[in-house]
Amino acid sequence: MLLFLLRRIGVMIFTALCLTLVVFYLTNLPAKLETLAKTQAGSRMTDAEVDRWLVRNGYASPVLVRYGEWLGVVPGWTRVAEDGTVTGRCVNFQDDPAAAGERCGLLQGQWGFSTRFSAPVDEVIAARLGATGLLMMWVLIFMVPMALLLGVFAGMREGSRTDRSLSTVAIVTTATPEYVSGVVFIVLLASSSVGISPLLVSWGWIEGPVLFQGNARSALTEITFSNFTLPVLTVALYGMGYIARITRASMTEVMTQQYIRTARLKGVSFGNIVMKHALRNALIAPFTVIMLQIPWLLNGVVISEVLFSYPGFGWTLFEAAVNNDIELLLASSVVAVIVVLITQLISDIGYVYLNPRIRIS
Amino acid sequence: MEPLSWLEIIARALQQLLPVWIALAVTFAVSIRYKRRLGLYGKLFDSNVGMIGFAIVMFWLFTAFFADLIITHDPLAQVSRMRNASPGTPLPRPDDMYEYYILGGDSLARDVFSRMVMGAREVLRIAPFAAMISFMIGILLGLPAGYFSGRLDTALTFLANLVLAFPVILLFFLLVAPEIQDTLIPVVMAGVLFIAPILFVTILLNSRFFTQPAKRNLYVGAVLLVGVWAYIGLVFDADPMGVWSMSPNLLNVFVAVVFVNAPTVFRIVRGITLDIKTRDYVAAAQTRGEGPWYIMLWEILPNARGPLIVDFCLRIGYTTILLGTLGFFGLGVSPESPDWGSTINAGRRLLSVYPTPALVPALSLMSLVLGLNLLADGLREESLKD
Repeated sequence: MLLFLLRRIGVMIFTALCLTLVVFYLTNLPAKLETLAKTQAGSRMTDAEVDRWLVRNGYASPVLVRYGEWLGVVPGWTRVAEDGTVTGRCVNFQDDPAAAGERCGLLQGQWGFSTRFSAPVDEVIAARLGATGLLMMWVLIFMVPMALLLGVFAGMREGSRTDRSLSTVAIVTTATPEYVSGVVFIVLLASSSVGISPLLVSWGWIEGPVLFQGNARSALTEITFSNFTLPVLTVALYGMGYIARITRASMTEVMTQQYIRTARLKGVSFGNIVMKHALRNALIAPFTVIMLQIPWLLNGVVISEVLFSYPGFGWTLFEAAVNNDIELLLASSVVAVIVVLITQLISDIGYVYLNPRIRIS
Repeated sequence: MEPLSWLEIIARALQQLLPVWIALAVTFAVSIRYKRRLGLYGKLFDSNVGMIGFAIVMFWLFTAFFADLIITHDPLAQVSRMRNASPGTPLPRPDDMYEYYILGGDSLARDVFSRMVMGAREVLRIAPFAAMISFMIGILLGLPAGYFSGRLDTALTFLANLVLAFPVILLFFLLVAPEIQDTLIPVVMAGVLFIAPILFVTILLNSRFFTQPAKRNLYVGAVLLVGVWAYIGLVFDADPMGVWSMSPNLLNVFVAVVFVNAPTVFRIVRGITLDIKTRDYVAAAQTRGEGPWYIMLWEILPNARGPLIVDFCLRIGYTTILLGTLGFFGLGVSPESPDWGSTINAGRRLLSVYPTPALVPALSLMSLVLGLNLLADGLREESLKD
């Protein structure tokens, strides 16, 4: 088990290095650096001025060297101007040039500076990740039980009318991407002119103009039922159907096993069969799927946060990409990649742990 | 003129879609009449789910095909005083144009109905082909990875996992950007990815007919001629006759979508191959002395067709969702494009006041994906029966 873990972590680190290199290369393309120079130092620069700006700010060295600097394994660039002031990658992080170390990168805990938010990247990311963590927590709290219930009820009696209708529900949710469900929810529930809100107001059932709010910015200070429901629903709905279908498949397979028939012939009630005999075996497959689903949710998180303008991690990623904020984009990618790899690892370990047949071999 | 009532709106929309209804009726009548002779396709008509899915998919396919007959207005034309018009609003000065905006106008006073119809064409022009190329790449790499195993398998699996570890949305932000289009990256990627279909068909035919050189030379030659012609036109935009071409925007989107999809297909094909290569008929072919590519493409692949066809339908739907995501973030499409993703994006700003411009494409996209998922479900059910 320990060897397996070590090998997995080794592969993981190698994967992370490859991926960050790709991201670094794609964000540091000459064309992107030119855009950066122009947004930082004036949009009417000539090509020669752009080149000078890039040299002055340490963007002129080869990509691999700069990747090393960013990681913190290669000494950061330094430069002494004609008037004697020292600039450099590490110097810019510190107020006192003498106090700056030789290397400063990810390994030293220096994530860089965000041009979009004018703040250190690690602070921006930490704050936004907290906000997204809350969103994800509620998504999982809503999505996982709903999906499992849907799947178990559908798979309990294969081919029954319950199965048919619940399976259709699952298919419909997998066919509704977040930008569609978000739009439909806003129109139905969060609009003061259409949908059901005006109806409820005229009946005197709700106080405000709308049932739910279509903008979740206020959720940053205080999460309420009315401002957080729609973003959570939007993310949860798309992932729910898939987990439900896996659960259903796993449940139907378990229900045809010999031991279920034996239990039936013994005269155990149907409820007891489902609860005590079938459920535990049926939930192995959905567990790994739920873990693997988390990186997929990132897609939905970005869409939902942008749609409901909830300033979390996904929104930050979007802003960084749109504004060509290189260091923030890089840091966000590192976080995203780490989340993916860790969930993969957990899912693998969990699968081995839950399934004795694999543990022995 | 009076604005239309809801019943009249529905009636006019149905009337406008008349070519689609005729085509659908003909397709269904012919298919049901001869369903016993049509193999898996014919069996589809035994399952209600599959039939509903097929009907929805064909509806959009015919809509895209007959789009020029269906649209009431030019999808890019703006008519004054029709900004954010509600469904069924008459035009102030119709002259010789259609008198109504059936589903209202968007924030730039364009006809929502016509844009929805043209959007179907935009989506169906890319999604099936992107899914097809992803499949050819996945098959071309997945078959040898599963069949030969060993180092090749380890390396390819690692590469596939590498791409799959990328959050899709991040890859899109990085890969589909105006700055990227100026570099060689999309062209190089297209150059690599688009070789796959040519290689696939060439190997397919060569492995079958290499014992009959005359036939082989004819088939392979024809494929190579057309393939290389299309390749030059699509990748380098240098087709001397100008038949094949793709705008840099479209190429960029296409490459990104294929790149995201191919590793998943690879994993599916590899898994199936690992299973099938232990069967007796593979051992028989090996004993006969057949070459590895013949066994992979003519023994293993046909026997893996069930799950692959099902996944192909699902993948077209997923590609449609991805294209919508790209449009939603305004990536890689021209701002005027009527594709559903960017129309939703444009409409969401005034969503709670004027819902139709965003709601119509959103529901269209959803119904198309739903149709594809139902179709896949029906096919899965029917292919499991034998």
